[in-house]
Amino acid sequence: MVLEINNVSKHFGDFKAVKSLSFTIPEKEMFGFLGGNGAGKTTTFRMILGLLKPTTGEILWDGKKIDYSTSPLIGYLPEERGLYPKLKVKDQIVYLARLRGMDKTLALKELEYWLTRFKVPEYMNKKVEELSKGNQQKIQVIASIIHKPKLLILDEPFSGLDPVNVELLKEAIMELREKGTTIVFSSHRMEHVEELCENLCIMHKGSPVVFGSLKEIKRSFGKKNLSIHADFDLSFLKDFPGVVKAKATSEGITLQISGEEAARPILNDIVSKGFIRKFEIEEPSLNDIFIEKVGAAYE
Amino acid sequence: MNKFWIIFWHTFTTKIKAKSFIVSTVIMMVLVLGATNMAKFIQYFEDKKGPETIGVVDESGEYYTALKQQLSVQKADFKVTKAESEASAGNQEAKDKISGYLLINEDGQGLPSGVYKSETISDSTISSQLQSALQQVKGLQATQKLNLKQDQIASLYEPVQFDIVPLKKDAKTQEELNQARGLVYIILFVIYFSVLMYGNMIAMEVAQEKTSRVMEILVSSVSPVKQMFAKIFGIALLSISQLALFFIVGYASFKKNLDSIRESGIPFFNFDELPVATIFYGILFAILGYFLYATLAAFLGSLVSRVEDLQQTIGPMTWLVVIGFTLAMFGLGDPELSFIKIMSFIPFFSPMLMFLRVGMLEIPIWEVLLSVGLLIVTIIVLAIFGARVYKGGVLLYGKSSSFKDIKKALSQN
Repeated sequence: MVLEINNVSKHFGDFKAVKSLSFTIPEKEMFGFLGGNGAGKTTTFRMILGLLKPTTGEILWDGKKIDYSTSPLIGYLPEERGLYPKLKVKDQIVYLARLRGMDKTLALKELEYWLTRFKVPEYMNKKVEELSKGNQQKIQVIASIIHKPKLLILDEPFSGLDPVNVELLKEAIMELREKGTTIVFSSHRMEHVEELCENLCIMHKGSPVVFGSLKEIKRSFGKKNLSIHADFDLSFLKDFPGVVKAKATSEGITLQISGEEAARPILNDIVSKGFIRKFEIEEPSLNDIFIEKVGAAYE
Repeated sequence: MNKFWIIFWHTFTTKIKAKSFIVSTVIMMVLVLGATNMAKFIQYFEDKKGPETIGVVDESGEYYTALKQQLSVQKADFKVTKAESEASAGNQEAKDKISGYLLINEDGQGLPSGVYKSETISDSTISSQLQSALQQVKGLQATQKLNLKQDQIASLYEPVQFDIVPLKKDAKTQEELNQARGLVYIILFVIYFSVLMYGNMIAMEVAQEKTSRVMEILVSSVSPVKQMFAKIFGIALLSISQLALFFIVGYASFKKNLDSIRESGIPFFNFDELPVATIFYGILFAILGYFLYATLAAFLGSLVSRVEDLQQTIGPMTWLVVIGFTLAMFGLGDPELSFIKIMSFIPFFSPMLMFLRVGMLEIPIWEVLLSVGLLIVTIIVLAIFGARVYKGGVLLYGKSSSFKDIKKALSQN
């Protein structure tokens, strides 16, 4: 089941939150949706969920518009976390699961499974307000996946979780994908996106500034990172031809260079100056690409 | 199960299990029991103390017996005892043997006058009973001086016959009107109370879901309109259960205490002949009033981003209810005012004012139907408009400036 976003725009009065956005997410895909604050991510999610009507364009899932009849197939983890503070975890999840069309006994069984899997089975009868923020987050994640959705939208799923819990959650998400769930998620943490997504989109002020498969994006970015550790001063390299950016590190320097070919003259130059412990060309990180693309758009 | 019913039952069961709800129900129940047992309480304390005694200092010695006689005719609830002098009466008062004393003096024309002295003069029944008894004594004395015969005196003092007869056919008699007033008063209060309290409950529920951000998950699985109505009906069931409980407890306790209430002479309507029409209209207008204000409360609640802002946003609604109730209280005294009549057709006031008129007066059926019709149309319009605001409002966060927000919420759709 394919999610198609066709030339979608959303205006609030004069403010253009999303400008002619188009992309397609195939089934079983994990799609990363990135962007700075106010880039239009949440608005796009709300349009996908049918909570907001696009000003122009249309959003189709499996060839049909998403509405309340498809809600049992959809899971949503909103960015602003929220549960009923006074309700017990059990009552809460069962209520939300039933609203997604799940049967009560099945919901209880699944809840038990997930609480055990997230290593918090003792929370079944606790009130949400008694849990820590990270643990509330786990409960909220369970609420969004308990009914085995076919389309899962996760707005910042990892925020507020410690590394152990991030791993638990990643595993759970990957497993869902294996079973055929299409997942769209947003994150500020680029390493999570690099690890999980094949395709992604970086939004800025309502428009996609980078779009495509991760490999493609990195290749077409062209620039590489060059990391050098040496015993002598390397700061003169920042004025070297082909060097875009330079950043001193504790053991040497990290350079952003225009391409692999720019590395050779640098090596030739410094090899005579002293002992070099490390000289490595690295792929640019998504972080670099994000900063460059979104940062450039800011300027 | 349909999602409407899931939300409906969820709203009902979580609210009925909430501590705050249970506590307030218990408190209300105690109040209801207290009110219906009032006569018993009063009696209990009165009996314990026994009747008070008042000393009478009558230096002429002519009036004491006549005064005592008059007081027994008046069925005064205190005793009198003769005191020798003001000094001895003061002495007795200081020892708490008597609660006060009356000095009777004779003026130049041989007529009595009195001075009542007591520690405090807050109990005005004693002094006024003494005064009217002495008045009678004085009257007797004066008429005797005129050498009137006993039967002449009797006819002089016989109270005038005074009846009030309504000219309009099937208009309520004075007595019926007084009975109706009691019942209408109670039902008006129930309407006021339920509209205000349950309206607030709905607004609070919506605002809490919004501020706790559960709303976003809810709207992604159930349409806001369905949600809004499921909540309104859920709280309606809650209110009916609570009011039914109060009514059953109140009625049972009232029945049990009927004799002591009658004895105590507290004016009250007769529960044995409940006017069915008044009760029917009371329920009808309570339900319509509830739906009108509940819809208003739900959509106002959906505009609030923080629970702290809620009271400010629903303020105008509260004012409408309070104004309606105040007008109704005013109208209880004179339900035929044309001002009340006009206001009884305005939807936000009609639940209370039209009920007041229909309960107190005989009004043509078309007036009731018109008012109910207007009310239903307003509820439908408000529900459609409210659902649209609700749909946009629940996703709207930020500083509340309430009425600008309505426009903003509508533009979200």
